[in-house]
Amino acid sequence: MIDLPTTTELVKGRSLWSDGIRRLRKRGFAKVCFVIVLLYFALAGLIFLDGVFQWDIPLFDWQETVGPSYQKPWIQYEWTPEGQELSETGWTIFGTDFLGQSTFRKMLYGAKTSITVALFASVISLLIGVPMGAIAGYFRGWADDVIVWLYTTIGTIPGIVLIMAFAVVLRTQTFFGIEIKGITAVYVALGLTSWVGICRLIRGEIIKRKESEYVLAARAMGCSGGRIIFLHLLPNVFHIIIINFSLRFVGFIHAEVILSFLGLGETDKPSWGAMIDAARTELARNVWWEMVAATVAIFFISLALNIFGDALRDCLDPKLRTD
Amino acid sequence: MTAYIIRRLLYLIPIVMGVLLVTFCLFTLVGGDISQQIAGKNADAETIAEIRHEYGFDKPLFLAWDSQFLAHFKKAFTFNFGRALDREKIGEKIFRGVGPSLALTVPMFFGTLVISISFALIVAFLRGTVWDHIIVFLCVAGMSIPYLSFIIFGQYYFAYKLDWFPIFYDPSRPIYLSIILPALIGIVAGLGSNLRFYRTIMLDEVRSDYVRTAFAKGLTARKVLFKHVLKNAMIPIVTNTVLSIPYLILGSLLLERFFGIPGLGYLMIEAINARDFFVLNAMTFIMALLIAFFTLVTDVCYAWVDPRVKFD
Repeated sequence: MIDLPTTTELVKGRSLWSDGIRRLRKRGFAKVCFVIVLLYFALAGLIFLDGVFQWDIPLFDWQETVGPSYQKPWIQYEWTPEGQELSETGWTIFGTDFLGQSTFRKMLYGAKTSITVALFASVISLLIGVPMGAIAGYFRGWADDVIVWLYTTIGTIPGIVLIMAFAVVLRTQTFFGIEIKGITAVYVALGLTSWVGICRLIRGEIIKRKESEYVLAARAMGCSGGRIIFLHLLPNVFHIIIINFSLRFVGFIHAEVILSFLGLGETDKPSWGAMIDAARTELARNVWWEMVAATVAIFFISLALNIFGDALRDCLDPKLRTD
Repeated sequence: MTAYIIRRLLYLIPIVMGVLLVTFCLFTLVGGDISQQIAGKNADAETIAEIRHEYGFDKPLFLAWDSQFLAHFKKAFTFNFGRALDREKIGEKIFRGVGPSLALTVPMFFGTLVISISFALIVAFLRGTVWDHIIVFLCVAGMSIPYLSFIIFGQYYFAYKLDWFPIFYDPSRPIYLSIILPALIGIVAGLGSNLRFYRTIMLDEVRSDYVRTAFAKGLTARKVLFKHVLKNAMIPIVTNTVLSIPYLILGSLLLERFFGIPGLGYLMIEAINARDFFVLNAMTFIMALLIAFFTLVTDVCYAWVDPRVKFD
């Protein structure tokens, strides 16, 4: 005889997100990568807070002279700090630069520069791209024509040329009393040029979904266009935005390196791009540690973000699966 | 078909206008009057007025026959971009740069194409094995190393330390000597992302029914890969190839800068360092024109090759 259950249990449905997170939990490597990304963000946040509240954590004090110029890494050295008579012994992980500053501390500070650039650039391009894509996809008509024309135009200019043109023009300009300099020019230029991809993507998704039942129901109940877009449609395409940006973040970090190298980036604070740029002249003197430190720092966050982003895409959007 | 091509050609007009509008906003409205910068710090008012007149900064922005807005369009349509800040004609500068840029990017492009497609075919055949996972991981790792590190390390190790190649471009020696190392660096640096891209394309094909049929009727793996899979994967490959042609002309900014190759990438970087908006403006417009044209060529080829594409 079959043992029938006496009570019927209500099975709770799983949402897209809980489904995706369940799938993500099974991927050990993606979890490790996520932890690495979190560590980088925590480091950047800590350096930011240290600057605001002046905690004076010695590890974040990149300006301090910790040894002689171009001291090799991993080797204990003796040196006499300026203004002192006794010599001290010192040791650094990644050696020192021309001014005797610790390369390791500069590398840590570079995380803040890079993550600030990537974060602000992402926010700017999201704020431009998502509403425009949604409006174009939902209302169609002349608004669609104008927005499609705009992003086709911007998309026609090669990305790197446009970013450099924006960065070089925006630098030293003043808007609304705020002078754009240093990394501000970098993330404004990146943000203003990189919204095209997400705008196109969101427009396509909205066109696909605007005839679905839940949108028709909302319309039948008399919801306004704005309410349907922002409360009904966008939450349903939110995972696409997240996936897109976890992968695009890497691009912003690498773009910061290139812009810093071209002299369009941060000038008075350390950044990974500036460190690699410095290596150009240092390598001839066999000073390899500054470039290696910056490359290692960029390598791990890029690798972690790439792998985590791919895993996120596979888990949240099985239709997009690539392998 | 003809109607489709004409329609696509007409659609180029608003795009080109849009590009000109963007460059006008960027370089004239926001960039503004750079006569002070051209004249230098200690210039007197007379010199500045002279420069303002020469470059047309004293003209009204809009709403006049000699406005800067109309001059901007006229410059672009006649391809007469005037002179750069170093008094040389911009048209001549650009024309001179095309050769060296192509000398670097064309070998790099074909090298990348051949290497990544043949690797991708092998990897697609190995899919699911440990080797596949290792290669994909290596691709992502390669993508994670900054481009600059590849260049600086390659130049330092192979040109400076081992002295196999010249460090800088030397006009007195044959150009291929100076091209080999930058081209190799470019191929290696781009291999990760290219291999991954082509692997995805190949995998889409390998999963199709016709591959199963081909194997079922007893064809060898080599025949299936090169006669069936490669042919069908050609459409995305050709699209990708045609769309990257304009970028060949642009050259490789960073490689040209490091190896002193006097191409268009080098010209752009010089213009950025000198804040020469005239050169940047001309380069942006020409590049946009090329990309718009090659996008059109791709779309037309698509419609021509694939009968399922609708003409509207």
